[in-house]
Amino acid sequence: MFKMKRAVEQAEESETDLLDKPTSLWRGAGRRLLRRKGGMVGVGIIGFMLLVALFAPLIAPYGPNDVLIGKEDVKKREPPCIHLLGCDPEKPQHIMGTDGNVRDEFSRVVYGSRVSLFVGFTTVAVALVVGSVLGAVSGFWGGATDNIIMRMMDVVLGFPALLLAIAIVAVLGPGIRNTLLAISIVSIPAYARVTRAGVLGIKELDYVAASQALGASKIRILWTRVMPNALTPLIVIATLGIATAILDAAAFGFLGLGAQPPTAEWGAMLASERNNILSAPHLLFFPGIAIMITVLGFNLFGDGLRDALDPSLNE
Amino acid sequence: MTANGAVLDVRDLRTHFHTREGVVRAVDGVDFSVRPGEVLGLVGESGCGKSVTSLSIMGLVPKPGRVESGEIMFNGRDVLTMSKRQVQDLRGEHISMIFQQPTSALNPVARVGDQISEVYKIHRDLKKKVGKKSAIEMLERVGIPDPDRRAASHPHEFSGGMAQRVMIAMALALEPEILIADEPTTALDVTIQAQILDVMRELQRESGTAVILITHDLGVVAEMCDRVAVMYAGRIVEETDVATLFADPRHPYTRGLIGSVPVLGRITDELATIPGVVPNLMDVPAGCRFADRCEERVPAGLEICTSEEPDLFAVGDDHVARCWLYTEKISP
Repeated sequence: MFKMKRAVEQAEESETDLLDKPTSLWRGAGRRLLRRKGGMVGVGIIGFMLLVALFAPLIAPYGPNDVLIGKEDVKKREPPCIHLLGCDPEKPQHIMGTDGNVRDEFSRVVYGSRVSLFVGFTTVAVALVVGSVLGAVSGFWGGATDNIIMRMMDVVLGFPALLLAIAIVAVLGPGIRNTLLAISIVSIPAYARVTRAGVLGIKELDYVAASQALGASKIRILWTRVMPNALTPLIVIATLGIATAILDAAAFGFLGLGAQPPTAEWGAMLASERNNILSAPHLLFFPGIAIMITVLGFNLFGDGLRDALDPSLNE
Repeated sequence: MTANGAVLDVRDLRTHFHTREGVVRAVDGVDFSVRPGEVLGLVGESGCGKSVTSLSIMGLVPKPGRVESGEIMFNGRDVLTMSKRQVQDLRGEHISMIFQQPTSALNPVARVGDQISEVYKIHRDLKKKVGKKSAIEMLERVGIPDPDRRAASHPHEFSGGMAQRVMIAMALALEPEILIADEPTTALDVTIQAQILDVMRELQRESGTAVILITHDLGVVAEMCDRVAVMYAGRIVEETDVATLFADPRHPYTRGLIGSVPVLGRITDELATIPGVVPNLMDVPAGCRFADRCEERVPAGLEICTSEEPDLFAVGDDHVARCWLYTEKISP
């Protein structure tokens, strides 16, 4: 009897030991992310880009649309002139040179980050909200609702994404806002499908049944039980989706369907100077590099997140 | 309350699953009643319909299952004729349930304290602060040390026994009239089992909640229950108080069950078993469902067993058994 009691006490003790510090799932994920070099490089790049976009007026020496002809001693499409690297101190400094309209290329690249990040974040936000709600409703209610929503998604998926987006812009007219809308619409199905898949699995789990047994309504179960648990893969594809959206927006700008002149937008900047690639390569190099680095940053961050949010990889 | 003073009265409940292969009669005519404050054990082997019975009472039978007929009278109102909304309000407040796997029955992304106070939010519309205070009180009552701090923990930081305590706290937060416990200790190790049963009994006595304890563990039954209903192949085959059941089991199936529990200290080469297997619930045989496996049918010379199903016959005071051994009506 005495032995038994001791065993019980010991069991209790070890149980309390186990539960020592309350930690959240997110804190664990954050710690794992910190340990991933690629992910941290991504975080660094994204952080840098956000700062650049936020403080663009302080960083850029000129306005993005300031035509400098007549104000300074510059010609159009001048190569970069950096005083530190031995450029004639008499000449005004343009670290990325000037473009075809005698505007400071560096200022335009800096301001361009605002457009790209804005497009990236807003399109993904819109697509994520609409897509995940559609997917969740579809997976949770099932039946005819599921069929109608998912067949609509299949129709959208049936078209090549960029082509459909171009068609939407062609109907609505070019411009940033319509580009946003078009890219959002074509990326909705991806989020809807991922959410639906997650919801289908989660709604069979014990804690959903348990909350039903406590008298929770379907909506409450969907919001407090199902959605938060289906969120992990969504965060990852949303991060990677930002990269795609930025690339798409640049493509739209390049095709002349997105941002309209004189807006400083990386894709549009590439397009307007593409005929001068041999005489003024810097005008294609710098906006191109800016696109590449930003997209790389989001991709690295997305990959890092995917690993960090998978607790089975916990070392 | 119903005529016989029961808080829950289940009559001729039939819950069938309509699968592609055919109709599975998981619950096929179950009658029992639960009196206020008592612990009723629902005993039987896997697949005999215990869990489906409890899900039917909760109105949570999963597809393609459906309650075909019968009535479930809760405090004089038939749960089966209520609207979805009314049943939903019943759950958690008047009838609660705890499950076999406590660690997977908690929402992994929410703090434990919040999950308990959610019950108050759903049914009482209490403010978050008040709910949180009540939640911590409940954690203390189920014996969780340091409840203030534990309330801020996530379920993955709880062991099975602790998680089951949390489930009990949630289920009993609003002092329901009935708690359905579906194999609450099966997933836990033995020392923790005893603790959980103690907590359940203590809280059950304090709040006067009646418990339907679903289990296949006769030891748990002996320890916890006031009355026992034995289920076999979708039907109740014997029902009586717990002392009588162990002292004087009447149905051959009950005798087999009790006989197959190994006795501590008695040395045997082989464990006693009941021969044969449970009948296919898609194609239930005519007559007594246990006839094939019954070891008393042939010695007793009963022919009727394979052709006609017995009713629940009174075999004593508050003791019924579904067996032809206990009736005068032998010839068909």
